[in-house]
Amino acid sequence: MTKSNFSNALIAALMAGVLVAPVFGLQIVSVGLKTSLKPQWNMILAGMAIVFVFQMIRPWLRALAGRRMALPALPAMTEAGRHKAIVFLILVSLVWPFFGDRSQVDLATLVLIYVMLGLGLNIVVGFAGLLDLGFVGFYAVGAYTYALLYHWAGWGFWEALPFAGAMAALFGFLLGFPVLRLRGDYLAIVTLGFGEIIRLLLTNLYSLTGGPDGISGIPKPTVFGYPMLRRAPEGVTTFHQLMGWKFDNQDVIIYLYLATLCMVFFTLFVSTRVIRMPIGRAWEALREDEIACRSLGLNPTRIKLSAFTMGATFAGLGGAFFAARQGLVNPESFTFIESALILSIVVLGGMGSQVGVILAAIILTVVPELAREFAQYRMLVFGLVMVLMMMWRPQGLLPVKRPQVELKV
Amino acid sequence: MSDLLPQLTQQLFNGLSLGAIYALIAIGYTMVYGIIGMINFAHGDIYMIGAYVGLVTLSAIGVNSGLPLPVIVLIMLVVAIAVTGVYGYATEKLAYLPVRNSPRLVPLISAIGMSIFLENWVAIGQGARDMAVPALITGSVHFTMGGSSFQVTASYSRIMIIVVTVLLMIGLSLFIKHSRTGRASRACSQDLHMANLLGIDTNRIISFTFVIGAMLAAVGGVLIAVAIGKLNPFIGFIAGIKAFTAAVLGGIGSIPGAMLGGVLLGLAETFAAAYISSQYKDIVAFGLLVFILLFRPTGLLGKPEVEKV
Repeated sequence: MTKSNFSNALIAALMAGVLVAPVFGLQIVSVGLKTSLKPQWNMILAGMAIVFVFQMIRPWLRALAGRRMALPALPAMTEAGRHKAIVFLILVSLVWPFFGDRSQVDLATLVLIYVMLGLGLNIVVGFAGLLDLGFVGFYAVGAYTYALLYHWAGWGFWEALPFAGAMAALFGFLLGFPVLRLRGDYLAIVTLGFGEIIRLLLTNLYSLTGGPDGISGIPKPTVFGYPMLRRAPEGVTTFHQLMGWKFDNQDVIIYLYLATLCMVFFTLFVSTRVIRMPIGRAWEALREDEIACRSLGLNPTRIKLSAFTMGATFAGLGGAFFAARQGLVNPESFTFIESALILSIVVLGGMGSQVGVILAAIILTVVPELAREFAQYRMLVFGLVMVLMMMWRPQGLLPVKRPQVELKV
Repeated sequence: MSDLLPQLTQQLFNGLSLGAIYALIAIGYTMVYGIIGMINFAHGDIYMIGAYVGLVTLSAIGVNSGLPLPVIVLIMLVVAIAVTGVYGYATEKLAYLPVRNSPRLVPLISAIGMSIFLENWVAIGQGARDMAVPALITGSVHFTMGGSSFQVTASYSRIMIIVVTVLLMIGLSLFIKHSRTGRASRACSQDLHMANLLGIDTNRIISFTFVIGAMLAAVGGVLIAVAIGKLNPFIGFIAGIKAFTAAVLGGIGSIPGAMLGGVLLGLAETFAAAYISSQYKDIVAFGLLVFILLFRPTGLLGKPEVEKV
């Protein structure tokens, strides 16, 4: 233990005291128009003590961390083994809801929606390397397309679904066209601006969208035209009548889960195929080196635009499922935090890694649900984890291994 | 028609005081971007923390303490500046220094994480609801213009915003221009590696940039809290995006540009609120951001960036 180490720790502890004091140490109590302070010295002292101890043992911790842990990688599998594993996982995901309880299946549907969004953003951020902070805007477009088509034209889910995707794609195309000339972080801020504009428009176009109250009473999907309702409207056969079953709310939730699952399989299939196509190769090439791509005759705007539009389409489809699951859409569901959450799904999973995205979507949706009593600290920890991930493992949990050759100079 | 001039004057005044706040925050964005080319996403939240520290200080002193008003405001500003300076320093050391040499997206995501962290840090510590700031500076000056019935009202708190901002801007410009540290920071923003080779402690200059930016944002936070009279932990997000717009409008990396951009954005927003609709003022600000980046990505006073292979 050297002397400079001790004085460093002391300075750090003093700084921690300054950081903690105005936020936790001196709580503002307002009574009417008067405010006073309620000091909590133990909070300040505890904060200082923790930082002091941490700083003192840091050199030792660093020595310990010097022996790096091996990165967990997917176990190497043969082609046949992988196929078997995939088939097994598909079967499990299809069958388990019939044995799960209602809230679990409902939560799983939400997880699947986030998987869909994560896969969409993964195309934009992971493959094409475009940081899109306004992704939630396309999600909102999809959700509102279904909600508005139902509200104003009485459309059902399955008729509206392609339109939700197409509408979001159109928005992605129109917004992407001008902004994709911009460089990385400018692009991030402009997309953030677009996301906010979409949300503000949804809030303010009161006569069309219902403003902050949004649109409610959005129906769940039908089964080949037979609605899953307890009581059918005049002249309509419900699904349970058709099958001669007793009505059970559980069935409705399982059905929505299965529908979402099918959509996720579709998304997964399309995106795995697309990245093996020339366009997908071009995305990755563009991400690695734009100037080299240009000199090889690739048109960066067109390539970026295709990634942007495709990502937006998946977000739109996810939005329609979200509207069906909630039965209600309002602008509150589409804030920047949601964009940040989807982005962290992609980042945590490992940019460009589809298995990683699925895993991260499960973690980031299920963990907060399990830690309900710590809801207050959820976002705090979330922000902290984002910072720590960038420090220690910016490549994500399951990074993709790319075959590469480097010239030794 | 006779009301037009006083109305315009009133909007001009409101716009200037709002723009002054944006300018104060925008300088932090522009200085950091100028040196390390990173968008400090958490900067808006530093501004929010500045406002909270100001309120804590005010509550510690008490509104009716008998101290003269300028002294109270001065103490609030000094405490807020000191504490947020430490916040600026600490965020840089904890969240940005370790990722400085990573690909571009990594520091940005780290900054977003820091922003979410700081917002919730304050929301847990001081409560997430709106908090009332006791009215400290009341009263206003009224001008009657051209014998018309319409008066121009300039509240003292908003006059204070403009005066304090102008003083700080002059001080900052002189400091950057003449002091040793100021020269070093200009050298760093021109070429970080070269400055390092010439013996400038670039780490120290980068820390200094974060601290100065945080301090100016804190002043903005305290002033706006006093003028508006309420705050919550989430005011930093929108204010930060708008200040970033101001920085881009003026030309990111340029300090005079940030001042100009702040004022222009404040004016645009106030006029949009007055003559279009107050609900659409945020849309106008974001729309402006998009348009500038599309048609003049280097901003009004910025230098074009040449990309070399």
